[in-house]
Amino acid sequence: MAVAKLKSDATEARLAGMSLPAGLDVARKDASSRLMTMGLPHKRDEYWKYTDPASLTQADAPQAALFHNDEAPMFDAVDRLKIVFVDGVFDADASDDLEAEGVTITRLADVAGADIHWATELYGTLEARGQTPVARPLATLNSAFASDGVVIHAMGKVAKPINLIYLHGDTGSDVMLHSLVKVDAGAEVTLLETGPAAARFNSVLEVDVASGAAFHHVRSQGRDHERRAVTHCFAKLADQSLFKSFTLTFNGKLTRNECIIEMLGDDAVAHVAGACVGDGDDFHHDDTVFITHDALNGESRQVFKKVLRNGAVGVFQGKILVKEGAQKTDGYQISQSLLLDDDSQFLAKPELEIYADDVACSHGSTSGAIDEDALFYLQSRGVPRQTATNLLTLAFLAESLEEIADEALADDLRARLEGWMARHG
Amino acid sequence: MLEIIGLMADLQDEDKTILKGVNLNIGAGEVHAIMGPNGSGKSTLSYILSGKDGYEVTGGSATLDGVDLLDMEPDERAAAGLFLAFQYPVEIPGVGNMTFLRTAVNAQRKARGEEELSAGDFLKIVRAKAKTLHIDADMLKRPVNVGFSGGEKKRNEILQMAMLEPKMCILDETDSGLDVDAMKLVAEGVNALRSEGRSFLVITHYQRLLDHIKPDVVHIMADGRIIKTGGPELALEVENNGYADLLSEVA
Repeated sequence: MAVAKLKSDATEARLAGMSLPAGLDVARKDASSRLMTMGLPHKRDEYWKYTDPASLTQADAPQAALFHNDEAPMFDAVDRLKIVFVDGVFDADASDDLEAEGVTITRLADVAGADIHWATELYGTLEARGQTPVARPLATLNSAFASDGVVIHAMGKVAKPINLIYLHGDTGSDVMLHSLVKVDAGAEVTLLETGPAAARFNSVLEVDVASGAAFHHVRSQGRDHERRAVTHCFAKLADQSLFKSFTLTFNGKLTRNECIIEMLGDDAVAHVAGACVGDGDDFHHDDTVFITHDALNGESRQVFKKVLRNGAVGVFQGKILVKEGAQKTDGYQISQSLLLDDDSQFLAKPELEIYADDVACSHGSTSGAIDEDALFYLQSRGVPRQTATNLLTLAFLAESLEEIADEALADDLRARLEGWMARHG
Repeated sequence: MLEIIGLMADLQDEDKTILKGVNLNIGAGEVHAIMGPNGSGKSTLSYILSGKDGYEVTGGSATLDGVDLLDMEPDERAAAGLFLAFQYPVEIPGVGNMTFLRTAVNAQRKARGEEELSAGDFLKIVRAKAKTLHIDADMLKRPVNVGFSGGEKKRNEILQMAMLEPKMCILDETDSGLDVDAMKLVAEGVNALRSEGRSFLVITHYQRLLDHIKPDVVHIMADGRIIKTGGPELALEVENNGYADLLSEVA
């Protein structure tokens, strides 16, 4: 059967019985019709060659056993504003008041009633822009059907991080959340996202970073082994703005994190980084990144590290597109995997596409085992083999964690990684 | 202290015999030197004693204070008191020198059933010892050996030795790649550690290191065996005449 037919059938099956939620009607209808045109992704799509989207597109979410996490909640020691969703449903009792200095926070479900013009205008816009040159239909599905989310408007330096906490309490939950962040000129905000969210989670985050503004994003996707997630972050950067995003992924049957950034103003900086650790052949993790330089003197970094063992699979698809006229671009991309045995796999597709003649772009991708010489050196000093392996594994991940500006957040993530390695030693 | 009897070993992948029956007995507090031409098995001996992969012991024994070394993991040998100063110290990006030192010291203490050093106590000790070796705060902070000069790497080895306080120290061509001043500094570091309960095995090509670290006994190794043992004068003989005479004596 032709792929087009397969896709339109799958799309119809997926949408059967679904109706567009109320509010943001124009954007949702637009997304819905765009989705019908492009169809849901299929493993025969080039962009899904290394990650089979079937479990993300099938009508019902595959069951995912609940995971009892006995660790303290992520970033527990950090003073933060907590916004809790349980299987995608806002939990007012568990959440803090949606108020902090320098910022207004509204639930997406309340946007229509609140008449927030910028949010109505932004919703689905960056997602739609991000559909070229490569289609991302699952994000469009989200724009059409997302049930809730958070709308954040940072007007100054926001005093504390805003933490979206995604809890998972139902083995069959199928959740789509869509959040918007607008960072005004000169403002600064840190967004934290933590937790597994659902059996199947589809998220879209649209971020508009104005001139001289800074957006920090740190995420940890929970330790549930059976969860599936496809996340999308679309960002638009004005001149002299800063965008930093880091994601830590433990476990999970399927995770695909897409990050699509457009650098539209001069002197903007975008850093996207990630670390993932997977143990077992039911771990599949995909980082898909697309950074477009469309202004002068932009700096972008992609730093992705994966630790894989016992048949775990890691994927990296990262692209730097430098448009004509985006002179003095400084692009850097590195994707590396540490394969702790012969069964694990790392599939990497680094891409550069450059139309300006005065730029510096470098990229590299490696797969390797633990350095035996370093291991022996550590052991010869009395460090037991397992401790030495863990030390070298953390060292391997270090470059990605260094992308986190806030040391307290980075330290918490390091401690979680140490815990993971102790459990999976 | 260290007793090696009839030690024989092959290189695993190449089916090649490197050690062909090494006998060596180093008493407590003694300094022994091993000299010998390239390929005689000196470095291999140090690797086998410390437990590096890739070699197969086919005969003989090696014990430290009566404990079988060859049966232990490398980290267990270290905790038992063995230390190898590497000819080529390994660079470990991403692991801070200080973290490395503290992990090693505390791992050994734990293995011996001693209490771990607190961060404060550790810092005090390491700073004092680093100072005598001219190791500055920056070197302690940087990743292990990354971007260190040849001399810095060797001083870092001696700092590790000073922190770990082993019983039996093996120095594998510690003088290689060092200028005269750096060699003096390293030798001073080693001499400061000499004590009644601590023994040294110094592997070197050149007599000049032995001007600074004075050995009690000198061995000549060739083709996987100790072919001659004598006093410090043996090293001078090699320096003046090379190995040819000694090798023909044996043949």
